[in-house]
Amino acid sequence: MQEKHRGLALFTILVFIFLLGPLVIISITSFESGSILKFPPEEYSFRWYENIFKVEMFLITFKTSIIVSIAGNILALLLGVPAAYALSRFHFAGKGIINAIFVSPILIPGIVLGFSFLRYIVVTYNLPIYLSLFIGHTVIMLPFIIRVISSSLANFDFSIEEAALSLGATRIGTFFSVVLPNIKSGIIAAVMIAFLESFNNVDISVYMTGPGVSTFPIQMLLYVENYFDPTVAAISVLLMFLTAIFMFAVERLMGLSYFTKR
Amino acid sequence: MALFTLENVSVAYEKKNILEDFNLSIEKGQLVSLLGPSGCGKTTTLRLIAGFLEASNGKFIFQDKDYTKVPVNKRNFGFVFQNYALFPHLSIFDNIAYGLRLRKISKKEIEKRVLNMLEIVNLRGFEQRFPGELSGGQRQRVAIARALVIEPDILLFDEPLSNLDANLRVNMRVEIRRIQQELGITTVYVSHDQEECFSISDQVAIMNKGIIEQLSDPATIYKYPETKFVADFIGFKNFISFDKRIDHKDYIELEKAGLVFTIDRHEHMENLNKMIGAIRPDDFIMEQSTTAIPTNGMTGTIKITTFLGRSYQYVVQTALGDFTINKEMVQPFKNGQEVTVIIPKNQMVLVE
Repeated sequence: MQEKHRGLALFTILVFIFLLGPLVIISITSFESGSILKFPPEEYSFRWYENIFKVEMFLITFKTSIIVSIAGNILALLLGVPAAYALSRFHFAGKGIINAIFVSPILIPGIVLGFSFLRYIVVTYNLPIYLSLFIGHTVIMLPFIIRVISSSLANFDFSIEEAALSLGATRIGTFFSVVLPNIKSGIIAAVMIAFLESFNNVDISVYMTGPGVSTFPIQMLLYVENYFDPTVAAISVLLMFLTAIFMFAVERLMGLSYFTKR
Repeated sequence: MALFTLENVSVAYEKKNILEDFNLSIEKGQLVSLLGPSGCGKTTTLRLIAGFLEASNGKFIFQDKDYTKVPVNKRNFGFVFQNYALFPHLSIFDNIAYGLRLRKISKKEIEKRVLNMLEIVNLRGFEQRFPGELSGGQRQRVAIARALVIEPDILLFDEPLSNLDANLRVNMRVEIRRIQQELGITTVYVSHDQEECFSISDQVAIMNKGIIEQLSDPATIYKYPETKFVADFIGFKNFISFDKRIDHKDYIELEKAGLVFTIDRHEHMENLNKMIGAIRPDDFIMEQSTTAIPTNGMTGTIKITTFLGRSYQYVVQTALGDFTINKEMVQPFKNGQEVTVIIPKNQMVLVE
């Protein structure tokens, strides 16, 4: 018994090291003061953190990425919530096929999907870069939105919808007053996952960015190709930090609403 | 006069007819139960009245108006669900107030009516709780309050007590009857529990395979079932298909396999198509075998004996087939023992 526990503990520690090790190493190297990425650093400074804000392209592409992710997220929600609702609520012919089509962007390698976007959105229709990015990112977010919201609708008791109807609510009114509040946590989770998926995306964005317009991860990639200084490590630490704050805020918000419900 | 009527209604689901040419008419202020085994169409009928389902054929007339195409949210009928279907994100107060808020009623009036309704269902002081904090019985009372507060023209119950435990079920059905009578509200109640339906209803409709086999007051159904299905459903375990029936002035003579029985005439047995005799296990007379067979008697042999607590249940083999007979006795009959079975002339009913 004791032996088993010790083995399990060791295994757990190894997994943690494996998961957290790279993050720790990156965090430490970001404080290197020299101009070459090294571990462990010889001298510590905030030099490369300052450098992030000196490279103008980082600020511009960060703004682009945020705008594209948020705008795409909104459109993906507007398309995805009704789709997920219809797929969970009703039985109709071809439902399986429609479901498969909605999920397909997850299954197709990003490189291939990106190429087909390039071929049609950029080459054939010659849409502006911003618009292409917006469409492309909506497409990559949609499956995540539909999947996550569908799974929260799977636990939803649709008889409460009938209850609202029998009390005199319209179909639309029922959706907003009864369905939506009860799948709120699913929607928040879907938005978060989709946002991260879109914000981190390289393989599809890379086809659609052009002269002057780029997204943040692509800018990071370009930077690493040209410089080997710890700026990118510093960016990573800031992103981790932002994500952690974001998660904490959502957890607190959700936690509180969950608390009042029970 | 009938408050509402279903006229020759048909409902099909996935190409299977659930109701076909179905007719039902319910009077104002009555509590009518739809009772039957699962799949008999009782819930379909209820959902049709509520407006959740649309009939492929036929009409739904409510207060002399054609309501067939009126959508559920314009009907003003209250519906109480089997699983309560409370809004989990709203407090008890807001759950009950939901329907009133849609009706553009003033805040003060809403508060007055919600609190009054909580009084009726004995839940004062629970307004700020959430459905997740309540027990099953309390939730069901909230569901009833929520359906009642809108002052519906009809109240519909879909197996409201089946998720509650046995004791609570008895209390709740008394409660439902009390509220229904206090407010004089026309009610349709669906259940598969016979005792529940009989105890609270003015009228009971026994349903089978999408038709109503019998619609009467509970006492009449209990004593005089019209069809073999109804008789079987309410506990007439024994059936005899007679070959011949001769109606006399005061009695009916029945014959099967050379044995002749006479039973009292009764207005419920006038229909000459009724050739099947039905009798409950408790209603036979069974004695030790005698040489002289009395009137309405026959000889039988005990096949199986089961102890029921208060009485013994026997399966008795006779010339007319096996009968299930209950008898209270200190010293039970033994298996294989010869007995005389008598059908009392006022205990057997004739059904179709």
